[in-house]
Amino acid sequence: MPDDLTPPGPPLAVAMRGIVMRFPGVLANDRVDFDLRVGEVHALLGENGAGKSTLMNVLDGLYRPDSGEITVFGERVEFRSPRDAIAAGLGMVHQHFALVPTQTVTENVLIGLDRPRFRIDLRRFDDEIADLARRHGLTLDPRARIWQLSVGEQQRVEILKLLYRGARVLILDEPTAVLAPQEADELFRTLRSMVDGGASVVFISHKLAEVSRIADRVTVMRRGKVTAAGIPSAGTTTAELALLMVGREVLETIERTPFRPGPVVLSVREIEAIGDRGLPALRGVSLDIRSGEILGVAGVAGNGQSELAQVVTGLRPSTGGSITVNGDDVTNRPPRETIRRHVAHVPEDRTGVGSAPNLSIADNLIMKAYRDPPIARRWAIDTGMVRRFADGLRESYEIAAPSVETDARLLSGGNLQRLILAREIASDPRLMVAVQPTRGLDVGAIATVHRLLLAQREAGSATLLISEDLDEVLGLSDRLAVMYEGRIVGLFDVAEADVAEIGLLMTGGSATAHAEPGVPTELVS
Amino acid sequence: MTAGVPARHPGRARVALPWTVRLERRLEVPRWLPAATTAGAVVVALVVSGVVLAIAGGDPIAAFVHMLRASFGSPGVISDTLVKATPLILTGLACAVAFRMRLWNIGAEGQFLMGAWGASAVVLIPIVPAGTPAIITIPLMMAAGMLVGGAYGAIPGILKAFRGVNEIIVTLMLNYVAALWVAYWVFGPWSEGGFQLTPQFPKEAWLPRLSDLAASIPTFSGLTIHFGLVIALVAAVLVRFLLVRSRRGYEIRLIGDSPRAARYAGVNVARNIVIVFALSGALAGLAGMTEVTGVVHRLQQAISPGYGFTAIIVAYIAKLNPYGVVVAAIAFGAIILAGREIQPSGIPAMIQGIVLFSLIASEVVLRYRIRVERRAA
Repeated sequence: MPDDLTPPGPPLAVAMRGIVMRFPGVLANDRVDFDLRVGEVHALLGENGAGKSTLMNVLDGLYRPDSGEITVFGERVEFRSPRDAIAAGLGMVHQHFALVPTQTVTENVLIGLDRPRFRIDLRRFDDEIADLARRHGLTLDPRARIWQLSVGEQQRVEILKLLYRGARVLILDEPTAVLAPQEADELFRTLRSMVDGGASVVFISHKLAEVSRIADRVTVMRRGKVTAAGIPSAGTTTAELALLMVGREVLETIERTPFRPGPVVLSVREIEAIGDRGLPALRGVSLDIRSGEILGVAGVAGNGQSELAQVVTGLRPSTGGSITVNGDDVTNRPPRETIRRHVAHVPEDRTGVGSAPNLSIADNLIMKAYRDPPIARRWAIDTGMVRRFADGLRESYEIAAPSVETDARLLSGGNLQRLILAREIASDPRLMVAVQPTRGLDVGAIATVHRLLLAQREAGSATLLISEDLDEVLGLSDRLAVMYEGRIVGLFDVAEADVAEIGLLMTGGSATAHAEPGVPTELVS
Repeated sequence: MTAGVPARHPGRARVALPWTVRLERRLEVPRWLPAATTAGAVVVALVVSGVVLAIAGGDPIAAFVHMLRASFGSPGVISDTLVKATPLILTGLACAVAFRMRLWNIGAEGQFLMGAWGASAVVLIPIVPAGTPAIITIPLMMAAGMLVGGAYGAIPGILKAFRGVNEIIVTLMLNYVAALWVAYWVFGPWSEGGFQLTPQFPKEAWLPRLSDLAASIPTFSGLTIHFGLVIALVAAVLVRFLLVRSRRGYEIRLIGDSPRAARYAGVNVARNIVIVFALSGALAGLAGMTEVTGVVHRLQQAISPGYGFTAIIVAYIAKLNPYGVVVAAIAFGAIILAGREIQPSGIPAMIQGIVLFSLIASEVVLRYRIRVERRAA
């Protein structure tokens, strides 16, 4: 039965109270409360890493919270797995679908169920599933095989799986991230008809426009905490939401010398590229970075920032436009060519790209230096020199490890990042491309990374700094570009940048009105 | 509520045992452990084999002693063991080089046959006129064996590097192609009087044997060890240098651990795949060359008792270490030789199989610490 905390209004489908979820080194959810009413679409808004998905994974039984309690339809629950959650009428559609490509829609819906025990009479189930889909406004052919379906249709199969299992609460984790605009419209119509039929929906997103369109209420999270709980979306402007989401905190002041830009080092012109999903990820990006300048790129993850770094360093082909480094055309040249031109790269994926986990620290430190003397002597590698080189870097960058023969995978996140920075800085960079350089690091390591990046600026290298941490970008950069859906939608001198406006641009709002923080701006969708 | 206290929960009841086995991932592997587990695994394998022998009605101790004597008991049999080990060292190196980069070359057998064919072609086509001195013929045959084996190895390399074709399937299938290719030549163009073998090579195409020196040193009389062993040992040293000390070796290690990191470091991954496959094929081809020039002195159909396949086990047991390959190859040469002495002849194959199984199983000990815990009541 609802307790006295229940606010007046429709009954609650879900009530989460004081949820705390810790991961090693991270407090992902810090005493979070969350309410979902019956028959509403409730948006959960926040930047990447704000703790939205974690909170919903707790609700779905994937994670067990360190503390806190959960009530579903008035009953205290403690889920040990998503199977328990679905039994209580609660299901989640993740960003990565769990479908068997070679099987039909019907087979995928029935997978894991006790009935039918043998594959008999699937046709009868086809009809049953087609009927269920129709009732919820989902257009689907139950006999189609998954690989024949578009991403939007596959998402419908995931929703259908949950509905077939009797879900009355649907959790959708960034459902529009994989959808084309028309598909998103169709999804919104489906969700609307489902809540009209009495279902309840949690809609995780970081796009303000769609949140305003689809959600009845919004809960905003930032750094593991709720900054706005269940405010009605009708009475809230996107500018207010943007500020709640991005926030503004007093930074530890970072000492920066005056901005003395030199000649242009990196020049990117109208660059276009295709992302991993086969969709355009960069749609005509142009920018210049000068020697002694840090250009920060802000944006919500997945708007083309990673692809920009990959195209500049030669790891991803571009489909249009050009890139020059110190005047040399390096468009679509292999990584070797950019390395030779002293382009250093601190990649986003430290363990998968930035290091070889099962090789030694020494082997990892020479990744950019092994071709040239003094490490290389013609065909051979001078192992004595490798040892001295690695020991030198380990000492000056304070990489905490028993020896340079230790495997890189044994390093902590901060030490691994020190290793990567040591290696990249040792390559005497003219251009430094740093992607999420402090993600997941502790305060001390973050300070080290910031200090090293600023020292590079001082030394006259150009820096492309890509980070989802807006405070970091603002603190380090001279100029700041905002990326949204593969384009640069705003370029500012950091001194004149306005957080509310940047937040709005990051989330697809327009910056036509140069609004003061807090003053409502009309939504442009 | 406090953390971790299970509340009312609709889960299924589990059957409770009084203890549980837990595997904990090892963070650091002590230096001595890999060698110790390998030795332990071999001991376990021998014990298991002994049990099987005993069940079959044999005396395991006597059988093992007999096997040892048959392979290491006298200079003569030691020499025979080393002759068997020679092609295993080279094919084992071929597999080790490829496996280091996580290229699963299952085609050393086919590359071995193609190398044997290429070497034979030098004297059978013939490429060199009859009576060409050995000092020219032998190096030419080595080059031909490596070239044909290497080219044959490059096929799966090119397919994988540029078309993403699975190398396991391709190398496996190419083994059959190579066997049929050799069969065609020994049955057809090179057949001697319609038999499925070629004429004997001229003496200039024979690798020198220790017994050749018997005239001056009588002890060497009857010893079959041939110059191929020297070639194999030199190859082991060179491969070790390549893997440990060279730039190419560094790239191979890097790609083997993380192709994405290698690309990030500016390594041309596709090119390395082709190069390493060609090198692997060349080593296997060289093995084929030493076998036709050092042992049988002609090309024939049944030239390999599966050296290319045993090589996979040899490389694996050696943990892809070139010097380890030499040791493992000698051990397997001994098992092959002892197989002739033991009835039924399936026993050595069984021992090989059990050794491989227990080695694979021993990996668990390397990666995990095994804990047995009493379950709290």
